[in-house]
This record gives sequence, C-alpha cells and structure tokens, in this order.
Amino acid sequence: MANWIPLWLHKLSSPPVFYGFAGKLRPWAIALALILGVAALYGGLVLAPPDYQQGDDYRIIFIHVPCAWMSLFIYGVMGIAAFIALVWRIKLAEVVAMASAPIGASFTFITLVTGSLWGERMWGTWWTWDARLTSELVLLFLYLGVIGLYHSFEDRRQGARTAAFLALIGIVNVPIVHFSVNWWNTLHQGSTIRLLGPSSIAPSMIWPLLTMMAATKCYYVASLFGRTRTDLLALESGKDWVRHIAENEVAR
Amino acid sequence: MAVLRRDLTLAWRQRGDMVLPVLYALIVTSLFPFALGPEDALLRRIAGGVVLVTMLLAMLLALDAMFRSDIEDGSLEQLMLAPQPLALMLGMKILAHWLATAVPLIVIAPLLAGMLHLPSPVIPVLLLALLLATPLLSLVGGVLVALTAGTRRSGMLLALMLLPLCVPVVIFAAGALAAAQEGLPWIAPIAWLGAALVMAVVLAPLACAAALRIALDS
Repeated sequence: MANWIPLWLHKLSSPPVFYGFAGKLRPWAIALALILGVAALYGGLVLAPPDYQQGDDYRIIFIHVPCAWMSLFIYGVMGIAAFIALVWRIKLAEVVAMASAPIGASFTFITLVTGSLWGERMWGTWWTWDARLTSELVLLFLYLGVIGLYHSFEDRRQGARTAAFLALIGIVNVPIVHFSVNWWNTLHQGSTIRLLGPSSIAPSMIWPLLTMMAATKCYYVASLFGRTRTDLLALESGKDWVRHIAENEVAR
Repeated sequence: MAVLRRDLTLAWRQRGDMVLPVLYALIVTSLFPFALGPEDALLRRIAGGVVLVTMLLAMLLALDAMFRSDIEDGSLEQLMLAPQPLALMLGMKILAHWLATAVPLIVIAPLLAGMLHLPSPVIPVLLLALLLATPLLSLVGGVLVALTAGTRRSGMLLALMLLPLCVPVVIFAAGALAAAQEGLPWIAPIAWLGAALVMAVVLAPLACAAALRIALDS
C-alpha cells in the first residue's frame, strides 16, 4: 500500500540520509530561487505600472512583503520543528529549528529595514510605534532570544532543546503581542491580498509578488539545507558516516 | 508549603538583598526628573509609565537570582527528584520570590508615584495594576530563568528573552493607568491583566518544570 511515504519520512529523519538528500536538493533550490528572484524583480521593477497614489515608491513591497511573509513562515517552521524535537526527541528536528532561527531573523531584519525605507517616503518618518511594526520588532527580539539561548549552552543538543522550548513559548506569545499592540495603536495599512475572495491589487502587480514569495521560499530551503548539513556534520563528528565523507574528501 | 516557608526564611535572613531592588527603583525614578526637567505637567503625564517600567526593571534585576543559590548548592536537583509534583514546588518558589521582591516594590510604588506627582485618585489603579502585573512577570520570568538555569552568564540574555513577553503586560497596565488619568473607565485592561494572570498561574509552573527538566538534563 502507500506506506512508503511514512517509511521514507522516517528514514529521512536519520542524519546521513538527510545529509545526502539535502545535498542533492540544494543546487536545484538555489537555481530556482535565483531564476524566480530575477524574474520577479524584472516583473516588479520594470513591467509593473507605477501605483496611482504612491508612484514608484511602492515597488519596495516586492521585497518587503515576501520577507514579512517569510519572517512569520520561518517562525512557524521553527515552532513545528521545535515541537517535534521536544516531543519525539528527533535530532534532525533540533538542527532544523536552530538552523531556521538565523535565516528568520535576517528576513525579519530585512522586513524592518525595507519597511522603514518605505515609511520614510510615505509616512515621512523612519519609524513609528505602529502595531505591525512593533510586532515585527518583537518577533526579531524573539528570534534573537532563541539564537542567544542556543549559543549560551556548551552542549549543543541541550542548547537546541532549551531554545526550542523558548521558541514554543514565543509561538504562544506572538498572537498575544499582535492583538495587544493592535488594540494599542494602528497606522499600517491592512492586507490587500486574500486567499479567499478577490484581492484588492492589480494582477500585473500580484504576479511578481507571488513569484518573489516562491523565490524566498526556495532560498530558505537552500539556505536551511546548507546550514543543516554543516550542523549535522559538526554534531555527528566522530560517527562512521561522517568519517566516510571526510575520507572521501581527502582522497579526491 | 515547606518550600515556600524555606524560601521565605532564606529571603528574610538575607534582608539586604530584598532592599536592593527597592533602592534601585527609587534611584531610577529620581533620575527621571533630572533628565526631563522638573515641570509638574510633564512629570504628571509620564508618572504612571515611569513607575511601571521602573518596577519591571527592578524585577528583572532580581529575577536572575530566583534559582541561582538552589542550583549552586544542588537543592534544585533534590527538588526535581522529590516525589511531590515539581510544578507545584516551583510555583511555591515563584510565589516566595514574588513575596520577597515584588511586594516591597508595590509598597514603595505610591511613594515613587507621589514623587512624580501622579494624581492621587490614580494611585489605587496603579496599585491594582501592579498587583496583577508583577506576579505575571514573576511567573513568566520564572519560566525563562529555568531555561537559562544551565548556563553560566544569563543576565543580558534574560532581559532579551523577557522583553517580548512583557510587552502585552506593559501595554495593558499602562493602558489602565492612562485611562484612569483621563477619567475614563479603566476596568477593561485590568480585566485583561487578570485573565492573563489566571492563565499564567495555571500554565507557568508547568512550563517552568518542563523547562527546568530540559535545561538541567545532562
């Protein structure tokens, strides 16, 4: 029957299998990310017409919005991996959660920077204590807390498990923060893209946006796999399969 | 209960440590008029927020020590091995910590508020907000302290980790104060704080126990 899928997933959670799998997939993800990213930039910066209100300044959303999506998406991935790591104690999940944190933190940082560049032109200020901006900043602090906690332990696995717990606390916290700062102060425009029902954005603008989103996803996969591979090698150093790889490297 | 009594006795024997956060809050609050100028109107407007943030910082200062002596002399490991539920005992430890650090701070809060000319009708609201917000901080902080229990240096890290978690607390407490200062109904944010506190009382000791087991598991 179709039980090869769970079987394959189980196999994939073993470090040597994942190492090979990630190594095979990574070049494809990088290539796809580059192609899609270039296409999206061309579509967004050249083909899409200027906005009737914001002129050419709105084009920063082709970077800003996909990064903002990624900052939340990666936190979600990190949270799921953290949950798996704590409940089933799968070593690979720990590594994935900890490798996701710096990537997510960088996307959050890019979101904040591009957002403030845009805010300077549109709102006339680099920073304002608006609900969405504040929640994004809090998200950045959560990422930094996870990274800091992970690195403050000498034992990597223990650090990963502890930081994973913090990531789970953060998952509970994010909606609370979002709700409370919304109640506190709001200036940021509402979302214009909806999964269900019509989006209030022109099709010539939406396709570069969605392409860029796919590109950032591919980039995330590529970056995550690269980080995971090196982390696995470091974590498993001394095991047989790592020694085989090291010997082959020398022989070549 | 024995844990609570033991911790309170220990705190009482080290009365000097209990005074430190209070002194810290006093000093920080008295620095604000120097930095911002002694105009009554300005001070009155910022008084609530300043007292709140000062309390939070003072608690953060004391938080670091919550489990430290117990880890150093190994009694925390004894607690983890004890047959009683760990969450309950940790809850008692957090309660003892709250009684030893936050209660003196709450006692001194009206004085600090008076120094900054907070209107006297607002002071009961301030006390109520502090009474709800400080145990919340102690409980959340307890979980984070447990997470950093296995590390050597944790002071700055603790601040970084606590900041995102205390944003909602500060918003609601300050919201209640601002509403009270403008004569508006202030019960809604206070109710939110209360709800969060109830949730934290139930969940935080369990999370704290889980975190401690992870952090000290070696």
